[in-house]
Amino acid sequence: MLIKILTRLVGGGGGGVAAAPRSVSFLNKTFRNYSSSSSSSSSNSSSVKKMTVRDALNSALDEEMCADRRVLLMGEEVGEYQGAYKVSKGLLQKHGPERVIDTPITEAGFTGIGVGAAYYGLRPVVEYMTFNFAMQAIDHIINSAAKTNYMSAGNINVPIVFRGPNGAAAGVGAQHSQCYSAWYGSVPGLKVLAPYSSEDARGLLKAAIRDPDPVVFLENELLYGEAFPVSDEVVDSSFCIPIGKAKIEKQGKHVTITSFSKMVGFSLKAAEILAEDGIDAEVINLRSIRPLDRSTINGSVRKTNRLVTVEEGYPQHGVGAEICASIVEDSFDYLDAPVERIGGADVPMPYAANLERMALPQVDDIVRAAKRLI
Amino acid sequence: MACSATAKILQPLSIRSAEKSQSCSKMLSPSSFLGSTPLPKKLFSVNKTISPLARRSATIVAVSSDVVKEKKLKSTQNLLITKEEGLVLYEDMYLGRAFEDMCAQMYYRGKMFGFVHLYNGQEAVSTGFIKLLKKEDCVVSTYRDHVHALSKGVPARQVMSELFGKTTGCCRGQGGSMHMFSKEHNVLGGFAFIGEGIPVATGAAFTSKYKREVFKEDCDEVTLAFFGDGTCNNGQFFECLNMATLWKLPIVFVVENNLWAIGMSHLRSTSDPQIWKKGPAFGMPGVHVDGMDVLKVREVAKEAVSRARRGEGPTLVECETYRFRGHSLADPDELRDPAEKAHYATRDPITALKKYVIENKLASEAELKAIEKKIDEEVEEAVEFADKSPVPERSQLLENVFADPKGFGIGPDGKYRCEDPKFTQGTAQV
Repeated sequence: MLIKILTRLVGGGGGGVAAAPRSVSFLNKTFRNYSSSSSSSSSNSSSVKKMTVRDALNSALDEEMCADRRVLLMGEEVGEYQGAYKVSKGLLQKHGPERVIDTPITEAGFTGIGVGAAYYGLRPVVEYMTFNFAMQAIDHIINSAAKTNYMSAGNINVPIVFRGPNGAAAGVGAQHSQCYSAWYGSVPGLKVLAPYSSEDARGLLKAAIRDPDPVVFLENELLYGEAFPVSDEVVDSSFCIPIGKAKIEKQGKHVTITSFSKMVGFSLKAAEILAEDGIDAEVINLRSIRPLDRSTINGSVRKTNRLVTVEEGYPQHGVGAEICASIVEDSFDYLDAPVERIGGADVPMPYAANLERMALPQVDDIVRAAKRLI
Repeated sequence: MACSATAKILQPLSIRSAEKSQSCSKMLSPSSFLGSTPLPKKLFSVNKTISPLARRSATIVAVSSDVVKEKKLKSTQNLLITKEEGLVLYEDMYLGRAFEDMCAQMYYRGKMFGFVHLYNGQEAVSTGFIKLLKKEDCVVSTYRDHVHALSKGVPARQVMSELFGKTTGCCRGQGGSMHMFSKEHNVLGGFAFIGEGIPVATGAAFTSKYKREVFKEDCDEVTLAFFGDGTCNNGQFFECLNMATLWKLPIVFVVENNLWAIGMSHLRSTSDPQIWKKGPAFGMPGVHVDGMDVLKVREVAKEAVSRARRGEGPTLVECETYRFRGHSLADPDELRDPAEKAHYATRDPITALKKYVIENKLASEAELKAIEKKIDEEVEEAVEFADKSPVPERSQLLENVFADPKGFGIGPDGKYRCEDPKFTQGTAQV
């Protein structure tokens, strides 16, 4: 296994260097477990601690709420239940019921209340149990949050964060499994983020809360329990990742694989398998769906000349489609092969476990697609 | 307001006079200090036209403040308004009317375009409520928002420029008729979707409460949410009634019931047309008031707003009003009975106030005429200003999408797009 040193772009400061996580053990035992030796991080294993994505989000929320009293959290079960997925554990006890608000089951109502509070000076974080439920509130996310700074010509900005799990979980059925990255990614006025690791989760959530515009923060339920190594810099309370910059998780030269959220883990695994066959894949973690970091993606494709886009959502009008269009517009001459687009199957998510596996991209699919291009 | 589902025309006076008035709450019977003045019944059948508050719980009925009780003890010569207040109310209502009439003219001349929804006939509601507010209080409205913005203090010339789509408008021409926003005057929109403004208003009220509880500021800012009868069947309305009472938010929900939602009559679309009743179902007082009479609206508004300021929670006020024009300037307005329109035309709120002011010798005809002239000139001047203002430049297209313009992402040279000097000229790539 090669040791990969990756450069992380940090806004406002010099570049930092960190050993990136290369393998994670998945909760779902149906996948082959690709745990590698942890020798890669042996050089600084004493200072590298592990943090789950859940703890990363929790600590980010906690720190931002301590730093700015205008930040509040509202959503279903965020308070006394400690969060539907325990992301807001302990926050009610620490900050009180005026700042961590259990709402009735009224997505449209409480999203609108969050937006109105943001109009008038607060910085709410609105949590949805899943983004599927946010469809009941999508009018407020788009019409009263995203468009308002424009419609009011800068009079009123909306510093709000909409967050929650997005995409498929395990066996939850069609109405709980859709990925909304493409839907929100097409709306001007929104910033849409999709973190993968704990470092992403912490840095992006902090950046999102500090941002003066509406941010849709798409988490993933299956990643909540995964632990990633984090450096001291990540744990520091002023740690922030810039919005709009993608991260190259693994450098390569033969094919570029773009992905976000859970698919980054799959892509990294696929890259390991491809490496065994001598194919050096470059894996890009998009981090930010809107604005999309076209310059990083294009730069990478100009180097490798081949592209595979991976996402969990439906392929039609998806994030991969947008990336393809961007490459064709900007780097057409550099392509040596057509772009491969991997997405979820074009069906509502089935319940049966084997069908669900077939409906979502798996590591093998990514490997096969990359091999098709070479 | 007892309406039978089969009646096409409402006969509000005759129906209401049959209602029992003795169970009216103390708050809504200011007639005791009007009693001595012999004035037309139309304006002063106050206790007959206002429905009783729900008798659901003692706390809700006992809303009458000490202020109202004191008023009853004063001499019977006491009128509802002073001369200054009367002139302010008259000027505001006349401004609303003159402005809207000018909008219609400009629309038919092609200077205004798109959707324009006019407020003629409903001025009493806007003036009656908004003139009681401070600058820090918020107003949230619907697409019929020109007059709400004007009453709250947005200058007429800015509203007119906005309607013309010029860059000197209150939203630089980017909002339009339906999206009037003003941070300075705390007008939080202007929403095209009905029911969209109600949760936003509830959120602004939530912020007032948050400032009191978390920031420990002495904040008693109130929010008014204006919306129509059609909105009262929308789910978000009920969600917000629930949360506003649950959290005791300082908000007043003002229903401008003009009986028509485009061409859908309120009676055809609503199972129980008495909207004020929906308040007590959620634990807040529901009040019905004659929305064509600015003085009655003002009395009810005073109580509702001060209730909210004191921290006692929300109120639902249903104002029975009427729009003289169609739903919008594109609406041929064929479904409404001309007899109904003629009936309400006789209850024009501006004429009624004028009559009250003159007959109570608060001001002379000449003074009112002077105000009218001043307003006419102001509206003319607003049109001239808007005409002469420039249209937005090309570079304005990409501005204001984000408060933090880095939201446009990174350009091909690796720097943020917004840092490219050619970005807003349209020559840089988006």
